[in-house]
Amino acid sequence: MTAAAIEPSRGEAARDDRVAHRPLAARLLSRPEVGSLIGAIVIFALFMAVAPPFRNVANVGTILYGASTIGIMAVPVALLMIGGEFDLSAGVAVTTSGLSASLLAWNFGLNVWVGILLALVVSVAVGAFNGWLLFKTGLPSFLVTLATFFILQGVNLGVTRLLTGNVATADITDMDGFHSAHTMFGSEVTVGPVTLKITVLYWVVLTLVAAYVLLRTRVGNWIFAVGGDAAAARAVGVPVKATKIGLFMAVGFCAWLSGMHLLFQFNTVQSGEGVGKEFIFIIAAVIGGCLLTGGYGSVVGASIGALIFGMTQLGINYAGWNPDWFKTFLGVMLLLATIVNVYVKKKADLR
Amino acid sequence: MSAVTTDRSAAPVLQLDNVGFSYGNVHALRDVSINVRQGEVTCVLGDNGAGKSTLIKIIAGLHDYTDGAMKLDGVECRFASPRAAQAGGIATVYQDLALAPLMSVWRNFFLGNELRKGPLRTLDIARMKRICDEELTKMGVVIPDLDRPVGGLSGGQRQCIAIARAIYFGARVIILDEPTAALGVKQSSVVLRYIVKARDAGLGVIFITHNPHHAYLVGNHFVILKLGRVVLDAHRDALTLEQLTREMAGGQELEELSHELSGVDPGRVAAPAEVAPGHVESPVLNPDELAAIEREEEEEQTA
Ligand SMILES: Nc1ncnc2c1ncn2[C@@H]1O[C@H](COP(=O)(O)OP(=O)(O)OP(=O)(O)O)[C@@H](O)[C@H]1O
Ligand SMILES: [Mg+2]
Repeated sequence: MTAAAIEPSRGEAARDDRVAHRPLAARLLSRPEVGSLIGAIVIFALFMAVAPPFRNVANVGTILYGASTIGIMAVPVALLMIGGEFDLSAGVAVTTSGLSASLLAWNFGLNVWVGILLALVVSVAVGAFNGWLLFKTGLPSFLVTLATFFILQGVNLGVTRLLTGNVATADITDMDGFHSAHTMFGSEVTVGPVTLKITVLYWVVLTLVAAYVLLRTRVGNWIFAVGGDAAAARAVGVPVKATKIGLFMAVGFCAWLSGMHLLFQFNTVQSGEGVGKEFIFIIAAVIGGCLLTGGYGSVVGASIGALIFGMTQLGINYAGWNPDWFKTFLGVMLLLATIVNVYVKKKADLR
Repeated sequence: MSAVTTDRSAAPVLQLDNVGFSYGNVHALRDVSINVRQGEVTCVLGDNGAGKSTLIKIIAGLHDYTDGAMKLDGVECRFASPRAAQAGGIATVYQDLALAPLMSVWRNFFLGNELRKGPLRTLDIARMKRICDEELTKMGVVIPDLDRPVGGLSGGQRQCIAIARAIYFGARVIILDEPTAALGVKQSSVVLRYIVKARDAGLGVIFITHNPHHAYLVGNHFVILKLGRVVLDAHRDALTLEQLTREMAGGQELEELSHELSGVDPGRVAAPAEVAPGHVESPVLNPDELAAIEREEEEEQTA
């Protein structure tokens, strides 16, 4: 063999011939939401096979409704998780929001809309407080928001009892502004055989907006960076504090949206509600491909995670199984989806 | 040798007057005064732990100094964050590179300086990828897929991304903290040539290195730090490479090292053996060296 044959030609020098072009399939499979998508298809097929009411088109609305109430919170919780933080207070914060609107409007005889706006302020402030506390104390968000979780839980019960002498808020149906607010947060539209709650619309819009922000804006770039390596992000000029506090506030905003639905769906709010929901949001995000350690994930995935929830919740019912098994089923789902996520990603990265 | 400070006509863009910094009870910097001029390369040298990285972290806005004053364009300033330093035209390559491992190459390249377009301020992904590709190609590194996370790249490739990024975004001052540490011969020479180009373009360059040869190839003036103090601040006219090397090694230590190592028989091949933990003999330090280390430790404690 001659020396010329061994030496790569000059023009080729700029390309590294050890790296083969990645096939499209591999690139699609390395997306974070693949595991959840596969899971959703499997769950769908399963219940289509075993639960006859599941096949009824009219039930699509019910399933989507269940998914949307979780999805509205799973989306911001996923963003927060990609940004490297947890919010364990997200579940009770929803209740806090509904209670604030109702109690404030009722006790001060305000227009319902004033109560709604005040609740928005309260919810976003709770989020900002979580973020502020995170940086003030330097503790992990897991602990900080665990504290907020207990604080809010107590405040929800205590204040409601104090103001109403009861565990639930009074019915606000006959107050000024109720009907327009009900239309805004609790109405539904019928499309052919399917009745869709307005929360489904909010869920879809939130998912699209959040996905756009995450992948196509500067803030999205910052969210990935502060979750992946906060010190590095700060060193290159990313406003780490503002980004993280903003994420907590986004969770607060969605808790408000969720809380308003809670209020206007039932016209009254139970003060003990919401405990345990925070884990469901986190599970939806994890099923959707968010890394617990931050810096990686997808909001579309989280929404698919919420959809899996909606399908499972009703599917078990429709199949005539004992709903006691719902949580067990959920745990198995979580395990499988995460394993699939890791496995598929590894495979795809090697391709 | 006495410290030589040359009188230069141009006003320094960045000036540190008796700056001090402590990590708790560790006084990492004490009374450090340096001037950085645009169109010049300022080399900072020193042993491990001398305080070089601490110094540049102060300039980059990562730490706030505890004593003295830092002046940008003659005006005393404190950077609240690295973002503020960048707004002042200072770009930095950190020793630990400051890359987010799970993010793609192009996202890392533009992190904190994203290009946007349109009324929605959407990321201009196509343009960012193109620029990133061009800049990396100019540095002579080949990264075939800019969508790959940087965590999967080689150490040198990552270093090149950090350097290319600083050179692209540096407006007035570029700080490079041991930029050639992980690089091969070819990429090192590219980086040195970039330093010269940046100087020619009128930027102030702060170049931190352990390698006096590299420093002397490009440096206009040299600062040696030792235990957090400036022990030498000299212009290139007042210093030869041999002197610089000697100053860095702390006088004759280097000559002693070469003398000592001449007895090690580099061609020797030892018989293979399994070694129990802690059973590699330590090299014998001569009494002078031990005394010097003890003196330095005492100095640390009394400071
Ligand atoms: N985060 C920190 N906390 C406490 N002490 C620190 C910290 N960072 C650095 N130090 C100490 O400050 C001193 C200076 O460290 P610095 O990183 O500036 O050294 P350096 O000159 O960059 O060394 P090297 O050549 O190894 O990079 C060292 O004694 C180090 O132990
Ligand atoms: Mg260093």
